[in-house]
Amino acid sequence: MARHPLVEITRVKFLEFLREPEAIFWVLVFPVLLSLALGIAFRSKPPEALAIAVQEGPGASAARDALATDRALAPRTLPEASCREALRAGRVALVVVPGDPVTYWFDPTRDESRVARLAADAALQGAAGRADAVAASDRLMTEKGSRYIDFLVPGLLGMNLMGTGMWGVGFSIVTARSRGLLKRLIATPMKKRHYLVGQMLGRMVFLVPEVGLLVAFAALVFDVPVRGSLAALVAVSSLGGLAFTGIGLLVAARPRTIEGVSGLMNFVMLPMWIFSGVFFSPARFPDALQPWIHALPLTALNDALRAVMLDGASLARVAPELAIVAGWGAAALVAALLLFRWR
Amino acid sequence: MSRIALRGSGLVKRYGEVVAVDGLDLEVFAGECFGLLGPNGAGKTTTVEILEGLTRPDGGTVEVLGRTWAQDAAGLRERIGIQLQETQLAEKLTVLETITLFRSFYRKGLDPVEVMRIVQLEDKEKAWVRKLSGGQKQRLSLAAALVGDPEILFLDEPTTGLDPQARRQVWDVIADVRARGGTVLLTTHYMEEAERLCDRIAIVDRGKVIDLDTPAALIKRLGAEHVIEIETESEVDLERLRGLDQVHDLRRDGTTVSLTVLEVHRAIPQILAQLDAQAVALTRLTTHHATLEDVFVAMTGRHLREN
Repeated sequence: MARHPLVEITRVKFLEFLREPEAIFWVLVFPVLLSLALGIAFRSKPPEALAIAVQEGPGASAARDALATDRALAPRTLPEASCREALRAGRVALVVVPGDPVTYWFDPTRDESRVARLAADAALQGAAGRADAVAASDRLMTEKGSRYIDFLVPGLLGMNLMGTGMWGVGFSIVTARSRGLLKRLIATPMKKRHYLVGQMLGRMVFLVPEVGLLVAFAALVFDVPVRGSLAALVAVSSLGGLAFTGIGLLVAARPRTIEGVSGLMNFVMLPMWIFSGVFFSPARFPDALQPWIHALPLTALNDALRAVMLDGASLARVAPELAIVAGWGAAALVAALLLFRWR
Repeated sequence: MSRIALRGSGLVKRYGEVVAVDGLDLEVFAGECFGLLGPNGAGKTTTVEILEGLTRPDGGTVEVLGRTWAQDAAGLRERIGIQLQETQLAEKLTVLETITLFRSFYRKGLDPVEVMRIVQLEDKEKAWVRKLSGGQKQRLSLAAALVGDPEILFLDEPTTGLDPQARRQVWDVIADVRARGGTVLLTTHYMEEAERLCDRIAIVDRGKVIDLDTPAALIKRLGAEHVIEIETESEVDLERLRGLDQVHDLRRDGTTVSLTVLEVHRAIPQILAQLDAQAVALTRLTTHHATLEDVFVAMTGRHLREN
């Protein structure tokens, strides 16, 4: 008994993908390597102590000991000529000249110099016996979920869903067209919509390992949280994956050559790489651009992924973003069916 | 009178200034193998693709199994099998996967394994398409056309580019289809293929059918059934050769003179005597039964395959 054509088209699409080692690399391995590289490059560093100098002279060693009680300061003693040189080169933020009065020597346009001046003065005054007028304590903001890697991973996930979704269908369709295979297929009773939907479904089978691998890697290596439900994450990823395969079908609807479709793919994806908040927040762009940026499917997908992963949002809360993503996907699929070149 | 499976009337197709098909008519009877024979660029492929409903003609009408493409395209697709000239099937699927994929498109059809046997690819079941030879690929392409158990099979140059052995294997498959009562329309520029497979042949040149009959009748129409080809050291007087009573017709083709003759054993002594009389030395003499190639050359003055 013959299987339904949609099942069969999906199956061969999946098999062809499986037999393409390069595709496996770009879809599964590359995103993990990218997140590893960026995670290491932008890892959170402990705050560094500010280098300051104490000018040699009477009282220098006492002053240095007093300054060293503040962990944020790294004082060392230097002769006057070296102090001037170190300050000018930026190797120290501040020079403390002991005496009466104590002189703080620094460049007031440098933020760290002004911070060093305040810290050094507080340390010296405290050592001289000044008491704090009010009690104070610190509360430090270092919780996970607010680091750069936490921002980055959902963005990479979205970017990956876009790239693999579009390439995954675009490349194989244009190859089939250039080889005359599409023309051969429409010479059978095959329904055109079965072919296009089968392309989308065949690629969706890979979504589970693709999303799973990146999220698991980020959780294990960088401790990136998934605060929302796993079901919500799968649902958002699936919708995003489907929408971008739909857009991929539209981009591949006309070109006859791989060169042609490559150019078109990059033309469509480049603005989203820049504007849609993969590597940095789109809030950095001018207000006038914001409505346009938020209408882009990748912006909506990234917002939804971040809300689910980092804020623990439910599907209902990200419904507006999901509606934008689904709208793009559906419109692209319909347009692809109408515009598709079969020969 | 046999039932008509396929009819094209007054077909016209233009590509810009070029008229690819120029008022072509043909009728194919149910159960016959019908050949379109002609050189490259004669309009064979365009004609077949019009009949297959893949190309819209600028003029004329097509009826397949009594219906037009406008009436019932979906129904007709279920009942015909097509092999296109230039299709390259997906490289990373196996033979059986490819046939199974095509089977899924048809409501009813043959078992993919059975089709694999018909095209003699059982031992290649798990081989990727990429690994197949040209002849094997061509038979796989035939399998994809056969798997829907079609009433009409369209084959566009099914053996072009194949070596003689691979060509004979494709012929076996087509003969098998014929034996099971299928109607076949094929295009070819190999006269041997047309003579061997086809019940009737339409000779196509410049978008028109210039003659149509059984292969034997077409050859008979030359008026003489044998061809003698000679080459000589120096120029020969063609008019005096033409005057010989055994010579039906003759033509110069480069350095070769080919003569259609009634009886070889009587013609050769006459020709040799005439060359002697002209004091022209013979460098080559061959004879063969007249073929469709000779028919085509006699009708158009050109060869089927131009180098």
